[in-house]
Amino acid sequence: MKYTLSINGKNHTVDAPEEMPLLWAIRDLAGLTGTKYGCGIAQCGACSVLIDGRLVKSCSFSVSDAINKEIFTIEGSSETLEFLRQTWNDGNVPQCGYCQSGQLIAATKLLDAVEKPTDKDIDDAMSGNICRCGTYTRIRKAIHKAVALKNNAI
Amino acid sequence: MSSKNTVSRRNFVKIFGLASSGLILGCNFSGKTPKIVRIDDGISFAPNLFVQLKKDGKLILISSRSEMGQGVKTSLASAIADEMEADWNFVSVQHATGNAAFGNQNTDGSRSVRTILTPMRKMGAMAKMMLISAAAKKWNVAEKECVAENHYIINTKTKEKIFFGDLVEEAKKVSIPSDKNIQLKDKKDFKYIGKNLKSVDLHDFTHGTAIYGIDARLPNMKFAAIARCPSPFGTVTSFDKTEALKITGVIDVVALDRVKRAFGMLGGVAVIATNTWAAFQGKNNLEITWNLGDNGNYDSKKYKQLITDRVHKKGKIVPGGKGNINKAFKNADKTVEATYYVPHLVHAPMEVPNALAWVHDGKCEVWTSTQTPQRAREEAANYLGIDKENVTINVTLLGGGFGRKAKPDYVVEAVALSKKMNAPVQVVWSREDEMQHAYYHTVSAQYIKGSLDDKGKVTGWLHRTAFPSITSTFKPLSDYGAGFEFAQGFNNHPFQIPNIHLENAKAEAYVRIGWLRSVAHIYHSFGINSFVDELAAKANKDPLLFNLELIGNNRIRQGRSKYPLNTKRLKNVLNIAVKMADWGKKLPDGHGIGLTVHYSFYSYVASVVEVSVINDKVKVHNIYTAIDCGLVLNKDNVINQMEGAALFGMSLTFYGEITAKNGAIVQSNFHDYQMTRMKDAPTIEVTVVDSDEPATGVGEPGVPPIAPAICNAIFNATGKRIRELPLKNIGLV
Ligand code: FES
Ligand code: FES
Repeated sequence: MKYTLSINGKNHTVDAPEEMPLLWAIRDLAGLTGTKYGCGIAQCGACSVLIDGRLVKSCSFSVSDAINKEIFTIEGSSETLEFLRQTWNDGNVPQCGYCQSGQLIAATKLLDAVEKPTDKDIDDAMSGNICRCGTYTRIRKAIHKAVALKNNAI
Repeated sequence: MSSKNTVSRRNFVKIFGLASSGLILGCNFSGKTPKIVRIDDGISFAPNLFVQLKKDGKLILISSRSEMGQGVKTSLASAIADEMEADWNFVSVQHATGNAAFGNQNTDGSRSVRTILTPMRKMGAMAKMMLISAAAKKWNVAEKECVAENHYIINTKTKEKIFFGDLVEEAKKVSIPSDKNIQLKDKKDFKYIGKNLKSVDLHDFTHGTAIYGIDARLPNMKFAAIARCPSPFGTVTSFDKTEALKITGVIDVVALDRVKRAFGMLGGVAVIATNTWAAFQGKNNLEITWNLGDNGNYDSKKYKQLITDRVHKKGKIVPGGKGNINKAFKNADKTVEATYYVPHLVHAPMEVPNALAWVHDGKCEVWTSTQTPQRAREEAANYLGIDKENVTINVTLLGGGFGRKAKPDYVVEAVALSKKMNAPVQVVWSREDEMQHAYYHTVSAQYIKGSLDDKGKVTGWLHRTAFPSITSTFKPLSDYGAGFEFAQGFNNHPFQIPNIHLENAKAEAYVRIGWLRSVAHIYHSFGINSFVDELAAKANKDPLLFNLELIGNNRIRQGRSKYPLNTKRLKNVLNIAVKMADWGKKLPDGHGIGLTVHYSFYSYVASVVEVSVINDKVKVHNIYTAIDCGLVLNKDNVINQMEGAALFGMSLTFYGEITAKNGAIVQSNFHDYQMTRMKDAPTIEVTVVDSDEPATGVGEPGVPPIAPAICNAIFNATGKRIRELPLKNIGLV
């Protein structure tokens, strides 16, 4: 089946069976490799994207369900994501970096949904994302700092 | 640096695997003696293989070790840039391809900085000297009147300055200084070394533009998934590909034979497709009858009993003992005995093993996440029966390695399939493949008996260990531990005990055994440092004082090591960590505190952990770690590694367990092989000791103290001893 996917505001036409997970359509067919494979069973969050603003594990979401929706990946840009990039950079957060696409997407969703997330909010929002290198404490700090930046900017 | 020669542009491109233009500084590390190789590509100043300066000032530095999150690319490049007086803003860093010209490229054993820091500094210093000569010549002044500063050469008399990039042409004509004339900077003048430089890949990491092996793309490439026998080295009896071929996108199904080498492929049935998912689906649709082979009976539950029984009987004596253990036990005031068990573990780097290979025209090119590009090159060449010179290994970023990516079996698979398909083929392991066909961290049982005199001093130490050896992967039927495994904590602990007796019991391997971040230190540290805490309790002493007493007086252990153990440094990190933790403070109800100090990879690390145990749930609240790793290249990176090691140690303490039934691995993905997550993450404080001693490892040494420190804290909170990992099996998660 031919599908048109709108990824970060740009249309990509892909030829995929309807049950193909969105992850592989994005990576192998649309050619955007920033979204990562980690487990394929919605356990690690490496494949996180936003679909119409909703946080989705793209390894467990069919490509056909993403039609006529706006897909946002790590290659995209939003005001919130830019704040997070800034504080990720300031805190030298990534180690191997592989999980960080998913971490940043999940954090973007958190900041878009909650004005001033508490540590508990961060635990709840970020525990679907595994970082084998163990950058959690830095991620937590960077999220708090991004919130401060964002709230100051308003 | 003995001989000098110049490499042509063509050869240069062959070595680098990239088209370059600009001054390239090269050093040939073939064998042990580094040789200088000067490269002339016509455009850059390149006096050795690691430095390439272009006319626009851009400076490309080469990292011969693989970046997998440990910060090595940034660290090594910062050492070159520092000595060169380069401006960091002009620097970019690339991985070297697999080539003996770069010296040993194996990225494991936490040794990159320790072994090549000085050579890398020399690469930078050499470039600086040559740029100074070039400028002096231009100005017609003496070299000593010129200094390098922030990408410029400055004439100290006239204050005139020339940009590095503008010296490329002139510098190319300068002859290479001899090794003895290369002067390294004084520590106090360091600009980047010891400072908190950020990762050179930060921008890519946060924009999805970092390229890992799994992201490598070539025109017309195919994707492959391989079904491998559930038990190691089993074979395919028959298979039916009908259902696999029905999957849209599946191109072909082919059988692969095992390559009987330590890093050869396991073999199996491969599905080739136009995308990764179709390959995965096709693989799931294969009908295969396996012959499970010799390892088909492996049952880890029975095996646990077997090796536990064995450490309760006499074993082979391991060197490192002294005194008379029987006498010590006979004269003891008290004795303590305990048995410890740590199961198999798997690496689970977030990026699964993968490789893209393209075999064509008698040549082979590979793009892969590898810790060992030269080993990958060798395996590829061996498989194809071609000369190594015809194999190029392009090293991408690694989405974690932890030892898994030091074993290039997956590269052989990609090479074999590319050859069969006559097209570029990328082999991608699923997470299930990664967990079920690994080179596992070994399984171990240990028995320790200690004696105390009436003052609570340790007089005797009997330690038996049993674990399938890594050697078995290289030499089948190696049923006993190897010297390097004993030297990881077992027969070189720092304790001052008059009577020591060490034994090793037989342990056959039924899976491929490999090394995993901090290797044998994981189980030896767990056994030893848990037992020290048991002895302290028996002696009725505070664990801090007990540990300090056991380490004993300040001394440097003499031996063959270039980095002999210094007990003063060991006690120092312990004292720092307990101070950070405010050891002895009053703890809330249900809380407990534990400590461990351990020496590994020539670094000294102490961790103090505070936990609470409430309703049988252990929660780690704080981890305080102090490390002395000699001269620090990048302090923030060391801190990052200690934080990561704490989480890695927590994962194995709470959840890490690979089991086998009927030869097959039971766990398959993150639902049954769990990891520490954000909600479990404690606060972690790290102190890095300021030191002038030689730089030693940081990637691994943070791991060994964590498990025993957590378990000692649980004892402190509850009075319950943990002698077996992981905690999930004893209802504490
Ligand atoms: S790859 Fe989707 S959650 Fe792990
Ligand atoms: S930074 Fe490596 S997995 Fe998170």
